[in-house]
Amino acid sequence: MLKFIKHNMETISGIEIYPIIALLIFFLFFTGLIVWVFTYKKSVINEISRLPLQNDNENENQTNTNL
Amino acid sequence: MEVQQFYYDNKIVKKFLYAAILFGVVGMLVGLLLAVMFIFPNITDNIPWLSFGRLRPLHTNAVIFAFVGNTIFAGVYYSLQRLLKTRMYSDFLSNINFWGWQLIIVAAAITLPLGYTSSKEYAELEWPIDIAIAVVWVVFGINMIMTILNRRERHLYVAIWFYLATFVTVAVLHIFNNIELPVNMWKSYSVYAGVQDALVQWWYGHNAVAFFLTTPFLGLMYYFLPKIANRPVYSYRLSIIHFWSLIFLYIWAGPHHLLYTSLPEWAQNLGVVFSVMLLAPSWGGMINGLLTLRGAWDKVRTEPVLKFFVVAITGYGMATFEGPMLSFKNVNAIAHYTDWIVAHVHVGALAWNGFMAFAVMYWLLPRIAKTELYSKKLANFHFWIGTLGIILYTIPLYVAGFSQHMMWKQFNPDGTLKYGNFLETVTAIMPMYAMRAIGGSLYLIGILVLVYNIYKTMTAAPQVEDELAEAPELIRISPTRVKGERFHAWLERKPIQLTILATIAILIGGIVQIVPTLVVDSNIQTISSVKPYTPLELEGRDLYIREGCVGCHSQMIRPFRSEVERYGEYSKSGEYVYDYPFLWGSKRTGPDLHRLGAKYSDNWHFNHMYDPQSTSPGSIMPGYKWMFDNKEMNIADTENKMRVLQKLGVPYTDEDIANAKAIMKQQAQQIEDNLKNDPDFVKSYEASKKAAQANGEKFVPMSDREITALIAYLQRLGTDIKVKENK
Repeated sequence: MLKFIKHNMETISGIEIYPIIALLIFFLFFTGLIVWVFTYKKSVINEISRLPLQNDNENENQTNTNL
Repeated sequence: MEVQQFYYDNKIVKKFLYAAILFGVVGMLVGLLLAVMFIFPNITDNIPWLSFGRLRPLHTNAVIFAFVGNTIFAGVYYSLQRLLKTRMYSDFLSNINFWGWQLIIVAAAITLPLGYTSSKEYAELEWPIDIAIAVVWVVFGINMIMTILNRRERHLYVAIWFYLATFVTVAVLHIFNNIELPVNMWKSYSVYAGVQDALVQWWYGHNAVAFFLTTPFLGLMYYFLPKIANRPVYSYRLSIIHFWSLIFLYIWAGPHHLLYTSLPEWAQNLGVVFSVMLLAPSWGGMINGLLTLRGAWDKVRTEPVLKFFVVAITGYGMATFEGPMLSFKNVNAIAHYTDWIVAHVHVGALAWNGFMAFAVMYWLLPRIAKTELYSKKLANFHFWIGTLGIILYTIPLYVAGFSQHMMWKQFNPDGTLKYGNFLETVTAIMPMYAMRAIGGSLYLIGILVLVYNIYKTMTAAPQVEDELAEAPELIRISPTRVKGERFHAWLERKPIQLTILATIAILIGGIVQIVPTLVVDSNIQTISSVKPYTPLELEGRDLYIREGCVGCHSQMIRPFRSEVERYGEYSKSGEYVYDYPFLWGSKRTGPDLHRLGAKYSDNWHFNHMYDPQSTSPGSIMPGYKWMFDNKEMNIADTENKMRVLQKLGVPYTDEDIANAKAIMKQQAQQIEDNLKNDPDFVKSYEASKKAAQANGEKFVPMSDREITALIAYLQRLGTDIKVKENK
C-alpha cells in the first residue's frame, strides 16, 4: 500500500517540510478538539445535551408519555 | 426576566414534508422506470424525453434535492425553532425558501427530460436554475442565521452546528462547481476543462454526499433521536468531536472518485488518505446514535419510528465503512465503474436518508396535527417491506459488481481477454438487474403505504396550527468572554464566529487540493497532437451531453492491462484539455468510449444508434431514433459556442469561427458519402426521400441531421494520440 504514496512527490523541492507541517496541523487540530471537549463542566454538558428534550407545551408532554 | 409568548411556525414544516413525500414518490417512480429499462431497454422507444440518459439525472436530482432536500428543510425548520425557543426569523423568507425550492424542482423536472444539462453529476441543471438555487439557498441561510441571532436559548445545540456547516459548505461547493459561461439561455460551458473540471466536479460531487445527504441528516439525528427516545444523546462530547473532525476531513475526500485516472497522483493519494481517516468520525457518530437508544431498546420493538431510525443509522454505518474501503486503490480498481458503486450509494440513499426521512415524517406530522398516526400496523408493514426492498436492491448489485469486475479482467492463457466482447459481461448480469427492479418496487410500495397512512392521519386530524410557546427573554451578555467563561463556551454562544471557524475547516482541504491543480501547469501534460474539436464534432459532443450518454459510458481508460487490452492506450490528462466539461463518467453499463474513434465504420455507428440490437444482439442500449428524424440539426449557436470556448482558452482562430458553417458542411458531407458505401443505407435513404416528397415535406439531407454530428464526435474520440496497433 505504502508504495503508492511513498515516492510520488519526491521531485518537488522543499517537500521535506510538508509532512512536518501536515503532522503539526493534524496534531494541533485533534489535540485542540480533545482539550475542548474535556474541559467542559459536566453540568454544562448535561444541560446542553438535554436541550432537545425540553418540552415546549402541554401537547408535547402528552405525546411523550404515549410513546 | 420577562417571559415572552410566541408561536412556532408549524405550517412551513408541514408544507416541506408534504413536498418531500410527493417528490419522493416521483423520484422513486423514475428510479423504478430506469431499473425496468435495464431489462426492457426500448420500453420508451422514440420518446426522447423518456430516454434513459435524460431520466437518470432526473432520478438522482429528484431524490437528492427534492426528496432529501425538502426533508432537510422540514427538519431544520422544526428543530431550529424549538432548540432556539423562537419562531423562524421571517415567514416571508420561509415561504420564499419553500416556493423557490419547489419551483427549482419543477424547472429541473422540465429541463432535464428536454436534454438541457451540463452533464456534471448532481449538478446537471443549467445556469439559470443554478443561479436560482444559489439565491434560494442564501435565503434559507439568512433565515436560519437571523433566527439564531434572535434566539432565547444561549447555547447552540450541536444539531445547529451541523445545519450551519451544511449551509456554508453547500453554498461554496455549488458556486465553485457551477462557474460556467453561457452560450444562450439553456446552454453553457464549464470554465474548467478536462482534469481540472473532473477534480472540481468530484470535490463537489463527493461533498454533495457529505454536506447535503450527511451533515444535515446528522443534525436531524442529533435532534430527533434523543427527542423520540426521550433521553439525551449518548455522549455530547463525542458529538462535538464528530462534528469538527467530520467537516474537517470530508472535504478532502473527493479525488477518491478519480483513482487511476489522469488526475495527478498526489491528489489521488490525498483523497485516499482522508477517505480512510473518515471512518473514525463516521463510526463515532453512528455509535453515538445507536447508543443513544441504550435502555430504550424495548421501545424499538413497538415503535416503528424507532425501527426506521435504527436501520437508518445502521445504513449510515455500513455506507461509511464501505466508503473508506472503496477508496483504497486496490479495492477501487475492482469496484469503480461497476454496479457495486450503485449498490453502495443506494445503501446510503435508501437506508440512511430514506428511512430517517420516513421516521421524521411518521413522527412529526401526527405531532404537529395533534393527533395519533392512523395505523402503526401499516407503518410496521412499510418498515419491513422497505427493509426487504433495500436488501433485494443492493445484494444483486453487489453480485453484479463483482461479476463485472471478474469478467472485465479475466484473461485466457494466451493473453487475450476471456470476455473480449463487452456485451457478454452485460448479458451475464441481467438476472441481477431484474432482481434489483423487484427490490426497488418493494421500496416504492413502502412509500405508497406511507402516503396512504399519512393521508388518513392528516384528513382525520384538525388543521395544523402554529403552536403557542413561551420562554424567558435572553439577557444580553458581553460579546467578549465574561469572567470565568471558557473559550469554547464563548464560541458556542457566538454563531457567527462558529460559522467562520467551520468555514475555515472546510476551506483548508478544498484549497490544498484544488488551487495547485488549477494554477500549476506542470500538473497537466500538454500533447502537441491534441487539437480542438471541429465545429461538427463540437455539436456532436453537445448532443452526446444532451442525451446523457455519460450516464452509462466512461471516457477514461485506466492504466490496467485488462483495460488497455480491451479499449486501447490508457488515457492521458493532456488529451482532455479542450473538454469543456469533462465526460469521464462514473459507470460502465456499456463499454468505455475513449478510444472509440476509427474503431468502427460510420455505417456501424449509424445502424447502432438507430437500433443498437441490430448491430449488437442482446445490447441493453436504447435506440436514439429522433436523431435521425427528417429535421435539420440546430446549428444557430455554433459560432457562439466557439466564441465562448475561445474565451475559455480553446485556440479557435477568428477565421475558424467565421468559416465554421463551411467546415461543418464539408465534414458532414464526407460522413454522408461514407454512409453511402452501404447499399442498405442507399436503399432506405432513397425510400425516405420519396416518402418525404409524397408527403410534401422538405427533405433534409443526412449530413444536416443530428446523427451525422454525433458520428463525427464518436469517430474523433481518442484519435488524437491513437497509437498504431501492431497486430
